[in-house]
Amino acid sequence: MSTPRPPRAIVLLGAQRFDPTLGAAAAELGLDGPIATITAGWQEREGEDSDLHEHLGKRTINLRLHRRADEIFRADPELHAAHRKKQERLRHKQDFYRIRLEHELDANHVIRQRKAPPEILAEEEAAAIGAIRLLDEYHLGQCAKVESEFDAAWRPFERDSIARHRHEIAEILRDTVALAIAGGHVATLLNRLRLFGVAELIDGQAVLAWSAGAMAISDRVVLFHDSPPQGPGASEVLDRGLGLCSGVVPLPHPETRLRLDDAERVALLARRFAPARCLAMPAGARITYREGRFGSPHRVLRLSIDGTRSPVQPTDDLLPEASS
Amino acid sequence: MTQSQHLAIHELEASQPDRAKVDAWMAGRRFPIVEGGRVTFVFRGDAEGVTLRHWVYGLESNSALQRIQNTDLWYLVLEVPPGSRVEYKLEIHKHGHSQWIEDPLNPHRARDPFGANSVLQGVGYEVPEWTRPDPLARPGVLEPFAFHSKALGGVRHGHVYLPARFRRTRLYPLMIVHDGSDYLNYASMKTVLDNLIHRLEIPDMIVVFTDSPDRLREYANDERHAKFLTEELVPDLQKRLPLQDRPQSRCLMGASFGGVASLSTAWRYPGFYGRLLLQSGSFAFTDIGRRNRRGPLFDRVVEFVNAFRAEPTAISERVFLSCGVYESLIYENRSLVPLLDGTGMQVKLVEARDGHNWENWRDRLREGLSWLYPGPLMMIYE
Repeated sequence: MSTPRPPRAIVLLGAQRFDPTLGAAAAELGLDGPIATITAGWQEREGEDSDLHEHLGKRTINLRLHRRADEIFRADPELHAAHRKKQERLRHKQDFYRIRLEHELDANHVIRQRKAPPEILAEEEAAAIGAIRLLDEYHLGQCAKVESEFDAAWRPFERDSIARHRHEIAEILRDTVALAIAGGHVATLLNRLRLFGVAELIDGQAVLAWSAGAMAISDRVVLFHDSPPQGPGASEVLDRGLGLCSGVVPLPHPETRLRLDDAERVALLARRFAPARCLAMPAGARITYREGRFGSPHRVLRLSIDGTRSPVQPTDDLLPEASS
Repeated sequence: MTQSQHLAIHELEASQPDRAKVDAWMAGRRFPIVEGGRVTFVFRGDAEGVTLRHWVYGLESNSALQRIQNTDLWYLVLEVPPGSRVEYKLEIHKHGHSQWIEDPLNPHRARDPFGANSVLQGVGYEVPEWTRPDPLARPGVLEPFAFHSKALGGVRHGHVYLPARFRRTRLYPLMIVHDGSDYLNYASMKTVLDNLIHRLEIPDMIVVFTDSPDRLREYANDERHAKFLTEELVPDLQKRLPLQDRPQSRCLMGASFGGVASLSTAWRYPGFYGRLLLQSGSFAFTDIGRRNRRGPLFDRVVEFVNAFRAEPTAISERVFLSCGVYESLIYENRSLVPLLDGTGMQVKLVEARDGHNWENWRDRLREGLSWLYPGPLMMIYE
């Protein structure tokens, strides 16, 4: 079996719900042929994809990962129980990570309000951010450990229940020119992408991903909301992503989820995830990733460690942020 | 607005008004008149005296309105901080009798089990839009239930709320609400649940609204009540409904004595209920001596709270408290926070410029529920 080729191009997009730009992005890449779609993030509504099908010129084939997963769990109760247990462990890990994260973020906030000689303040602020970064990394490591233990114990790709579906998915993908990954519930989406090893099944197709889809194929999934109802929001890492496009943290829906005028919050996000670049991607935003480089940005905003944000220009090289 | 600035009522009074002037002045106005931090209560009618009756602890609750000479217009100016919500009535004195009435000039009313009060909405206060029916929010269903309790020796009634997208194949968190019918009738709780679930601010959940025929006894740290909930009702629900069987997914909730019932039940079954939502809990205690200032109704509450304060332990995981600063219980609730916090439980107290009433408890539901049970909002990026 030949080694699968990486995606020929990856396009990250903002929300597609009201003013879709997906078709234009596909046209720009010259995609002429069937497009596989993944709408597993819509969960039970996975099949309600007629608008998407229309928008892409009625040439889509939905991989139905959500439905397939349900079938697998029904057919393979042993795996289902183990999978549930793994998810439960991940939930516990997330809970404990969140407890520690809230304290680290509080400490960072208190330190920022203190008056002290500038050089001391700078050092302590950097140390506070460093502690948050360490915690984020620790949590990602814990998630990776849980996943790899599950994989080692259950070898899911070798089980008949999953192998059959993976074979079918590979067959479908072979005849497509692109894979379009929709948004929705990012944890569900990531879970299904991983369950079927979708990243390993891509063989040169272009990938178009928006909202949660863009988050899921980046290096790490960052959950964020600056104004949730329960009080000031604390962004948190959920898990590693598929890592198809490296070096950025896509932040969809900034219009409703980010307080971009709050320099302290913007700076914290940018510093926390450096050297990855935090990219706010409002509706209509688009950026292309080819051979390890980003280009053709449209309406994408880059968050900087000084608390500002600025439109990404076509000439920008999107160099990594300096870590603090 | 500063103290020295003239208010609308002062301008009227200075003009030595007659009936026609008063008519003209009143036309098109909203009452009470809110002018920055000062509020003018107004009554017009035949009376020998008019008194403002309110439920703001620490503020003279028997303030007389004064009459503008040669008119039947009575008024009282009070300083009311921004964001305040005050329930009140007017007491009309006439022919040696007095009668408490709702303010005829004020359209805002709050209902409770005893009737209704007029509501002063201070500057900046608005009824939260998430408490009003949203046509886009799919409604959940309420199903009545009756449960025969051996522990209590009788039948207990209530309602079970199932979210709009309820499926037997999914597992749900469970919340048990004391004084359930009151929460439904006076705190719009079904509407609030429908809306918050629709907005992804809380997850789909199953909520059991329970009632007690003798709440002052059963909610005051009654062992039988705790047993009924924990050893009878929850196991029965667990059999009949798809519930997540873990402490983090079980919440007890209540207001006033219902708050006591929630905390004391969790205390009797430590670790069983991972979430508590306590609104204006009647957590009376004594630091010195055994006599409590609130009377014999509170004796068993004091006994429990004193015992808990003597040896506080982490009986739950997350505890949300809310209390109005215009109720005397703010003292007890504030003093509970460091105590709970010191056990390692996660604690949040939210205070409001409001009193011991159902709409105060309604207005805090969003923050409380979403803090205890954050919904998929953080997870969904369409």
